Amino acid sequence: MKTKKRNISDTTLLLTITIVVFFAMYIGAMIFQGKGFLKLQTFFNILNANAALILMACGLTLVMIIGSIDISVGGVAALVSMCCAVYLDRNVLNPGENLTPGNVFVSMLIALGIGLAYGLVQGYLIAYLDIQPFIVSLAGMFFARGMTTIVHTNPFNVENPAFNELKEPVRVYFLGTVNKKGNLVPAKIEIGVFVALLIVLVLFFVLRYSKLGRSFYAVGGNKTSALMLGINVKKTKFLAHLMCGILAGIGGYVYFLHVGSGAASHASGAEMNAIASSIIGGTMLTGGVGNIIGTLFGVLSLATIQSIVSSAGFDQAWWTGITVAAMLCLFLVVQSIVIARKKKSLKKQA
Amino acid sequence: MANNNKSGSGFFGKLVHNQIIIPLAALLLLIVFNLIFDPSFFVITPKTNSAGNPVLSGYLITILDYGSELAILAIGMTLVTAASGGQDISVGATIAICGSALLRVLCGTNSRPETLQAPIIVGFLVACVVGMMCGAFNGILVAYFKIQPMVATLILFTAGRSIAAWINNNELPIVPDPKFAYFGGFIPGIPVPAPVFIAVVCIIVIFLVLKFTTLGLYTQAVGINPSSSRLNGLNPELVKFISFVILGLCVAVAALIKTSRLSTINYSVIAKDIEMDAILAVALGGNPLGGGKFNMWASIIGAYVIQFLTTTLYKFKVSSDALSAYKAVVVIVLVVFSAPTVREFIGSFFKKHSAKKGVA
Repeated sequence: MKTKKRNISDTTLLLTITIVVFFAMYIGAMIFQGKGFLKLQTFFNILNANAALILMACGLTLVMIIGSIDISVGGVAALVSMCCAVYLDRNVLNPGENLTPGNVFVSMLIALGIGLAYGLVQGYLIAYLDIQPFIVSLAGMFFARGMTTIVHTNPFNVENPAFNELKEPVRVYFLGTVNKKGNLVPAKIEIGVFVALLIVLVLFFVLRYSKLGRSFYAVGGNKTSALMLGINVKKTKFLAHLMCGILAGIGGYVYFLHVGSGAASHASGAEMNAIASSIIGGTMLTGGVGNIIGTLFGVLSLATIQSIVSSAGFDQAWWTGITVAAMLCLFLVVQSIVIARKKKSLKKQA
Repeated sequence: MANNNKSGSGFFGKLVHNQIIIPLAALLLLIVFNLIFDPSFFVITPKTNSAGNPVLSGYLITILDYGSELAILAIGMTLVTAASGGQDISVGATIAICGSALLRVLCGTNSRPETLQAPIIVGFLVACVVGMMCGAFNGILVAYFKIQPMVATLILFTAGRSIAAWINNNELPIVPDPKFAYFGGFIPGIPVPAPVFIAVVCIIVIFLVLKFTTLGLYTQAVGINPSSSRLNGLNPELVKFISFVILGLCVAVAALIKTSRLSTINYSVIAKDIEMDAILAVALGGNPLGGGKFNMWASIIGAYVIQFLTTTLYKFKVSSDALSAYKAVVVIVLVVFSAPTVREFIGSFFKKHSAKKGVA
């Protein structure tokens, strides 16, 4: 009972750190950079650009809670975008034939199918065959990247009327702002953002109140005691990886909606950003501790720091990589200190 | 279980249970495959290169040549895997950092110098120090902060190529001295590529170290059980840390070869995906990826087998981007067959089979 209480306080502590860091950064950006960050639309742009990352990071949070990892999500996103792009714009593969463009609904099914296949295979290998998750998903990542180039090599923009309609951001009037002329400018939010926020909400309740969600925490916290509680550890692990795969598929489609093109280099480094945002959001790599709301804020913090860095004039590409890595490093060290403190206090109790 | 199998199946069983059989079997498979489809794969022809030196050329020489970096990395990766039970995924990015530092020293601030700004040996020593520092950074995170190796090395994996670009201000320096190209090409008068010699020297050094010091024993002890090795008077943190520093040194040597091949550097492409190959070499060598016992020979042979596979795929006109998909399939097949559950299943299958024979 005591350890459980302790765990929850860890979660809250790490979550609080993340939320405070996010608001501190955003307010700091408003004060020192002014202009851009004061507009509400800047925030929505950050959301638009990172909706896919939110979905992928949610999947990673799930697998990290059970103490596993998946680094194939970026590759899956690239594969999904490429497959959907080739399906929707069939003229790319058969130039000159002028085929009818593909159905948007079917392309969604393709995305889900790829995600589902990844989740099934990786989940089976990791949960039932006991293979190290890192090796499996590393191979998964390379497979996805390789397959993407096999499907189609050159990047191209999708020409499909139905898809382009879906791609257009939704105009939300009640969140709009009044411009200098006194006209109401609606906030432009992409569909992906709504999907991402809805899934965050669903996952939050699943993790907090459902039996499955609680068993995730139990398995991640201590496998042996979870087994003794009567939880099917292998099945739980499998389900977590399955959900991560599906989320990667949906995330890939949302990414595709945002960029509207297929390319082998799409979402490169997305897995690292997703892991980084989960860690920043207070999910522990050792498993058993994590929170979806934290992950959401993790993504937002990461995106904010990136846009601060680029708008502060450090627009050379390398600064982004270095800042993300520095933040990751900082939060990893904080986590490790938290774990060390917890161990010490447990020893004292004993 | 393993004991039963060993005593049960005689010579065949012994052969199967020797670790080195896995890379050798893979090598044999590849050789047979190439023999069937195109025997000219094995032809080695003497030629003269553009500098007028007599050199050997052929696919086998290419494998030995380009397998060198991988073999050197496999040495370090084996130690890291054995000690920490995880792999370093930052080796490709660290090669970029070391190579960038090397070129920075050799070329100075000007990216197109007329002459070398520093002797090559100084540049190499700086690269070694940089590589060891990167290794030490990973080592501290893994050993002292107790972060999983793959996640700790994720930091340098993300930032490494950016740091490499930053060291040279995103310029691509070109080394003017043709002597620098010797390390990755041919030394005049010797028809075998120079990287082969560098790899051989590294392999000899690591074998002397393993033979005359307790490094191998300590590494295995820490990998098998850190707590009990601590009770036996070892310092598990230090052993893990040292294994990462050794990998850093291996990375610096590999960076010398890689940059020397082109006399310049491309930050986003140099040593791309090499971490995958290095991990694959260790896995193919039959070393448990969860740490513990290791066999250095098996890893090194594994590295050359991977290069053999890569060269074979290139020969069959597989584009370098699609290469990773094929390799990923190989990895998955390998890890599935080395998974304990699957092994047990196969073991029990063979046992049943032989039991039936005994009854008949």
